[in-house]
Amino acid sequence: MQIRIGSILLAGVIFSQLAHAQDDLLGLLGEDKPQKEYVKAAFKSSRVINAHSMEFLNPGTMDFRILHRFGTLDQGYKNFFGLDQASMRMGFDFGIRHNLMAGIGRSTFKKEVDAFVKYAPLRQSTGPGSFPVTVAFVGAATIDGLPWADPTRTNYFTSRMAYYFSAIIGRKFNESFTLQLTPTVVHKNLVQLQTDPNDIIGIGVGGRLNLNKRMALTWDYTHVLDGLPTGYYNPLSVGIDIETGGHVFQLHVSNATGMNERAFITETTGQWGKGEIRMGFNLSRTFQLKKHKG
Amino acid sequence: MKKTLFLSFVLVALSQFVSAQKYFTKNGSISFDATSPGSPENITADNRTVTCVIDAANGNIQFKAAMKAFTFERALMQEHFNENYVESTKFPEAKFAGIISNMASITLDKDGSYPATVKGKLTLHGETRDVETAGKINVSKGKLTATASFSVLLSDYKVNVPGVVSDKVSKTAKITVNCALEPLK
Repeated sequence: MQIRIGSILLAGVIFSQLAHAQDDLLGLLGEDKPQKEYVKAAFKSSRVINAHSMEFLNPGTMDFRILHRFGTLDQGYKNFFGLDQASMRMGFDFGIRHNLMAGIGRSTFKKEVDAFVKYAPLRQSTGPGSFPVTVAFVGAATIDGLPWADPTRTNYFTSRMAYYFSAIIGRKFNESFTLQLTPTVVHKNLVQLQTDPNDIIGIGVGGRLNLNKRMALTWDYTHVLDGLPTGYYNPLSVGIDIETGGHVFQLHVSNATGMNERAFITETTGQWGKGEIRMGFNLSRTFQLKKHKG
Repeated sequence: MKKTLFLSFVLVALSQFVSAQKYFTKNGSISFDATSPGSPENITADNRTVTCVIDAANGNIQFKAAMKAFTFERALMQEHFNENYVESTKFPEAKFAGIISNMASITLDKDGSYPATVKGKLTLHGETRDVETAGKINVSKGKLTATASFSVLLSDYKVNVPGVVSDKVSKTAKITVNCALEPLK
């Protein structure tokens, strides 16, 4: 009897030792506490196509952006489907904090300089204390660089200026799908006609759908709620983002030529229905200015 | 008979007690280098929050590294690493579970440097492969420092390097492990 108990005990001990060998050693240290984590890479670039996206540059990086908008496709081979005419914007954006960036650019159209600041008080996150969406604000000013249309009257420098303010509410729903709403108000100090409003309000819808790890379908539409003079239309752009290492190529077709909010929301003259669409691309190259920590 | 049984019981129990010592760290370091020869940029990263546990009783050794804790010199590179290469949201951790096959020849109560042969399974990007490497265990004042270095073929773990960056990113990554472990109480 005693022998039997003894052997059972012995078997038990040996078994426990054996079982022990299979143990999850890492489990001995206890579970890791879940941590709050901000959602990244909602868009491949800080712009959907034309409009600002909910994505920010990493702190300490600079994004050199070259944007081209070509002539309308409907001109055919005569103008090489619009590629003979190009309008461009060159710009530099800087990542300051994970939720703060600023940039400056100049467009050939109207010889216009624009500068913006983008800040996100709330960022989409996961884990404890998570938040479902990113809320960001953009404030910007533009300066028209063309000679005065009527030099005989008293012209003020502020007449060259316009402003735009956007709120971005965006969510990366899953690894491949992101959607954002962008209400924007554009204020122009000086407008062409007395009947033209100084303030134009639009609501933008921008999205991204990843086609694979390095390519994404993007779309960017602004519906102007009020104040768009006749002859001007809502801008719609559809494009493909291609990411190759430090570059992002954004190729698209659009009825807009403007490359800042003032220009593409209030001065889009093309109509999709009439084939007045054009090719364009944004080329983005990111440089690391400061050593990256974590 | 009874005596032998009792004795063996005591021995087994004792062995369990004596060699039950385990060692651990939560801030070990794992770095990797996947730079292609001639690449203008260094494709390197390191992770200093690696968890490692060694069971001295049987030589079992396990590692765990959060993929998002690998830091790169360039922020964009890190983002692409997490987004496109190892898909950190889908596969948040790399794990290794193996055994130091010559544990018997490593005397933990005597300071010194001991070669260690480690065999086990590395799980990365959802793929598990056998890995074997010769490392080293340094014993000093009751603490262990485990170091090892080995190479993995990225395609083994279904980490795809696209053609456009093949002049920068190598097909293999050299992994270097350095963990200072303390006794687990």
